[in-house]
Amino acid sequence: MEILAHLFDGFFIAFEPLNFALIVAGVTIGLFIGAMPGLGSVNGVAILLPMTFLVPPTSAIIFLGAIYYGAMYGGAISSVMLGIPGASTAVATTFDGRPMAKSGFADRALIAAATASFVGGTISIMLFTMFAPPLAHVALVFGAPEEFALMLLAFATFIGLGGDDIPKTFFSIFIGLVLSAVGLDIVSGEPRLIFFDIPGFFHGVNFLVLAIGIYGIGEILWTLESQKGEVEVSRLELSYKRFIDGIVRLKNAIMSMLMGSFLGFFVGILPAAGATPGSLMAYGVAKTMDKDPDSFGKGNVKGVAAPEAANNAASTGSMLPMLTLGIPGSPTTAILLGGMVIWGLEPGPRLFVDHTEFVWGLIASLYAANLLTLIINLAFIPAFIWVLRIPFTILAPTIFILCIVGGYAPTLDLHDVWLMLLFGIVGYLMRKLDYPMAPAVLAIVLGPLAETSLRQSLLIAHGSPMIFIERPIAAVIIICALVLLFLPLFKLIFGKRKK
Amino acid sequence: MRKAELIMAIVMAIASIGLMWKSAELPVGWIPREGPGGGAFPFWLSAGMLGCCIWIIVRWFRGYFDFHGETPYMDRETLVIFLTGSVSLTVMVGSIYLIGVYGAIPMLLIFYMRFIGHHSWLLTATLAVLFPVVTFLFFEIVLTITLPKGLTEPLFYPLYDILM
Repeated sequence: MEILAHLFDGFFIAFEPLNFALIVAGVTIGLFIGAMPGLGSVNGVAILLPMTFLVPPTSAIIFLGAIYYGAMYGGAISSVMLGIPGASTAVATTFDGRPMAKSGFADRALIAAATASFVGGTISIMLFTMFAPPLAHVALVFGAPEEFALMLLAFATFIGLGGDDIPKTFFSIFIGLVLSAVGLDIVSGEPRLIFFDIPGFFHGVNFLVLAIGIYGIGEILWTLESQKGEVEVSRLELSYKRFIDGIVRLKNAIMSMLMGSFLGFFVGILPAAGATPGSLMAYGVAKTMDKDPDSFGKGNVKGVAAPEAANNAASTGSMLPMLTLGIPGSPTTAILLGGMVIWGLEPGPRLFVDHTEFVWGLIASLYAANLLTLIINLAFIPAFIWVLRIPFTILAPTIFILCIVGGYAPTLDLHDVWLMLLFGIVGYLMRKLDYPMAPAVLAIVLGPLAETSLRQSLLIAHGSPMIFIERPIAAVIIICALVLLFLPLFKLIFGKRKK
Repeated sequence: MRKAELIMAIVMAIASIGLMWKSAELPVGWIPREGPGGGAFPFWLSAGMLGCCIWIIVRWFRGYFDFHGETPYMDRETLVIFLTGSVSLTVMVGSIYLIGVYGAIPMLLIFYMRFIGHHSWLLTATLAVLFPVVTFLFFEIVLTITLPKGLTEPLFYPLYDILM
């Protein structure tokens, strides 16, 4: 009952005129960003975060949450119409969405994607509402050792479940953590890692500088490279009759949507997993479960519905550890978490106690955003397809300008703009060699908290690392983290034995 | 691509050593009653970075290479795209000191839209004027965030008098 009362209050907050307007603006912007090939929620949230300084934190998180949601829906548009995923989360949608569009059924694919996203979003928000308060309640007893153990678990998931090259993933985590240590030592206040005595380093490396560099500048350089060839936008025939027909045909895909929703939510909770593996797994399960698996990849609507339900559910799932434990479940939530710090909030379970209006306003706004995204998406499909026709020679400088102005705004220091440019270029060059960039962003966000909790824990235990084993909750989390860290090694050993 | 893998690992290894050396300016060991020294956290993480680089280099010499094969790291076309993007941005940021954000924005737009995209002068000029105006109104008036204007600063005084 208490949860319902909080949720009811949350709806009051979400439907305040400013917040409601921000939800509408957020989902619309998110849909446009998601529809652009190569850009996804993480790019939109990173680039637009500096624009939220104008409004209160609750309104800011509602706006960014709506962008996150809208972008998840929008990713399917370019997957279906261009055959290029709007973001990595929409890769699986391309497998059957593109063949449907090529066969003249682009409308059915887009309707299936939008409806499945709505189903996935709705189920996952309900699960979120059920699970978040009890998890936050448990996390309230966490001290410094448990907090550090959680950080370690978040990093370990990237190693164990991320699927990227192991030493490069480790490197990415380490460099993110080192960058988070630039500035003043959190205990002694002494200057640390001040390169060439440049004064700009005294205020540290803002996580936004790295995030905008990698997900703004680096991403556009990457997209410019990957879109060298001409792409063809499919024809779309959409009428009232075809729309109803598209909805009716979805009855065959209900089970795929439900499966994708639950799978996506629980995969989304894991820090390294998130929406991309969630949607790929849902696609795989839908194909395996189907009576006619051979029809997948040739335009089966279930192949669109399952991954779309999963990627939307995963985006909500990734917010669960962010709000309850202060551990982001995806790169986008890592940036949202960093945003909270900028807005003066302390991420973690105390949010549910100290800032109920913030948490429940966000949760209620997700319900509203989910419904509004469905309506706006279906009503303005032609407008979003128009976005696909905007030449990249207009989009690229527009995004570059947003990055530069957005990188300057938080600290009003051109030093940060240079750093952002450097991170963007180096990040692009490293990405070409398969260095994963998401762990670095997660690490720079979690770095200060990880260092504080580690130093506090060691101080309590007079330098003995046994404190992480002696406390039961910390010990369990550490064991899980160690299992994940050694998972690639187990895979290697067992893989060799099988051969 | 193979050479690029090795070069990147060596460059990052050198950077890691630099970070270790820089971190060691603060104590990296245990300080009684204070806990780990201020340099410990970045020092050991930089050591971890170095370890990863050595891992990648050793792997390279042992012939491990599971991706991209012999495809070039950057072909001529990609190099042109990369240089166009990175150099134009560097010039834009550098020019902010001189002509400010409101001079640099139209410069970048004209370069991309007219000289790379071959869009019409009308469209290019429209966006080149519209962008700085919208940026000024949003950042300076709505958010009250002052963007750098370089030598053009005095030109904005009358605007501030009118709008603020």
